[in-house]
Amino acid sequence: MTTITTTDLAQSVEDAAAHLYVWALKDIPQDLRDALAAARDRETSVTGIRILETIHRNVEIADEQKNLVCQDTGIAVYYCRVGEHFPLHPARIYDALKSGTSRATVEHPLRSNTVHTLTRENTGPNVGYRVPIVHWDFVPDWDGLDVKCVPKGSGSENMTFLKMLVPADGVAGIKRFVLESIVDAGGKPCPPGIVGIGLGGSADYAMHLAKEAIARPVGSRNSDPLVAQLEDELYALLNETGIGPMGLGGDVTVLQCHIEHADTHMTLNPVAVNYQCWAARRASAHIAADGTTDFDREF
Amino acid sequence: MAIHEVTFPVTDPAEILKLRAGDEVIVQGHILGIRDRTQIRIFDQGIEPPMDLSGAFLLHTAPNVRKVGPGRYEKICIGTTTSARMVRFTEGLGSQYGVRAICGKGGFPDEAIEPMHRLGMVYFAIVGGAAALETTQIEEIEEVAWEELMPECLWKFRVKDFGPLIVGIDAHGGSLYRDVQDRAKAKLEELYARL
Repeated sequence: MTTITTTDLAQSVEDAAAHLYVWALKDIPQDLRDALAAARDRETSVTGIRILETIHRNVEIADEQKNLVCQDTGIAVYYCRVGEHFPLHPARIYDALKSGTSRATVEHPLRSNTVHTLTRENTGPNVGYRVPIVHWDFVPDWDGLDVKCVPKGSGSENMTFLKMLVPADGVAGIKRFVLESIVDAGGKPCPPGIVGIGLGGSADYAMHLAKEAIARPVGSRNSDPLVAQLEDELYALLNETGIGPMGLGGDVTVLQCHIEHADTHMTLNPVAVNYQCWAARRASAHIAADGTTDFDREF
Repeated sequence: MAIHEVTFPVTDPAEILKLRAGDEVIVQGHILGIRDRTQIRIFDQGIEPPMDLSGAFLLHTAPNVRKVGPGRYEKICIGTTTSARMVRFTEGLGSQYGVRAICGKGGFPDEAIEPMHRLGMVYFAIVGGAAALETTQIEEIEEVAWEELMPECLWKFRVKDFGPLIVGIDAHGGSLYRDVQDRAKAKLEELYARL
């Protein structure tokens, strides 16, 4: 854990963002390393083992050479938990996250992926209109800020699915849709990865929740025992499909299945599926009201 | 599952015909980097590529690079992108330009099987996301064309021990992706019955 102390809070947030973006791209979290090692131990197909060993070697080389784990520097997504009494307004936090993303891209340098959605022209150093993307959460009776950076690769993001099931489809319908989505995705999202599922709310909120789910610590469980049980059941079912590492066949199709849920309308049953590749990059920082910054993986 | 070593560009079609879906391959020689916009320019805009593609190995990539001089780039991190978006260019790459191998991640859909069979081409699956390793196997960026498409230019890389690659689709009508999908779809019926 590294500690930085500074008095300029906006600068602290910008520095944190710049550090988190590059750190996330180069050094994958321990919980993910453990999940990948467990995957390699339980895989039995020759091709699957070869792929999981190559992934392991790749992570080691990224560590040794301080290089990016994957070339796709992604679209920068941040998750912020802002304390009620944190002395910098979210509007300023957003600006600082944007400046940090841009600075890291230029200074490293990193590949710039952000383009205008119609003209496809590059908009600059991984920032643009409404980019980076920030998820906000607000915490009462607290004066700190938690920032988590998740550079999201396009190969996995393109494998995103939404279905407005009807209540009569029930839990069986949810399971069926998730299974069908992951089989259709095949090798495209770089399996084995993390399947994020959003249940309930509205169409847009279900997708928001799926995105929250992929960014959780690997293997964490929903605090609602009923939802946690569904996470376990889907994890087991998905690994029976035989899609395997890189979609070339095998026992390990997913590393984990995370679900986030919200209550919903009595006639709604939305299911959103968002995939996160095996290189599930994630890094976080805690910034105190005085600008003191701790970098860790706790959230 | 056999293990092969192939040097590109290839001149002898037998080098491609010996490969079977599921085999492992290590590649030497020169490979070309190509992506969506590069192929849109060649096929949709009808602009001839300024490099020879005959017998070539094409890699679906858009590298992280550092410019070190006019037309000169140094590698930072080179990895591979999802291939399925670019499957429609397969026929033209084989029939008009004589490309022999396309390498990417995630696989090609079944529509690539017939042209690859007819034209003697293969699809190689790389381990997606393993860019740190891949970068060590690319010795040098020798040429770049269409720099204005950065990073989706046409790149020429010299490689050493590039891989491991798995033959996803072979030149005999075999596809590992089709086989895995067929088995998974049959399995789904069994899983649905248990829900």
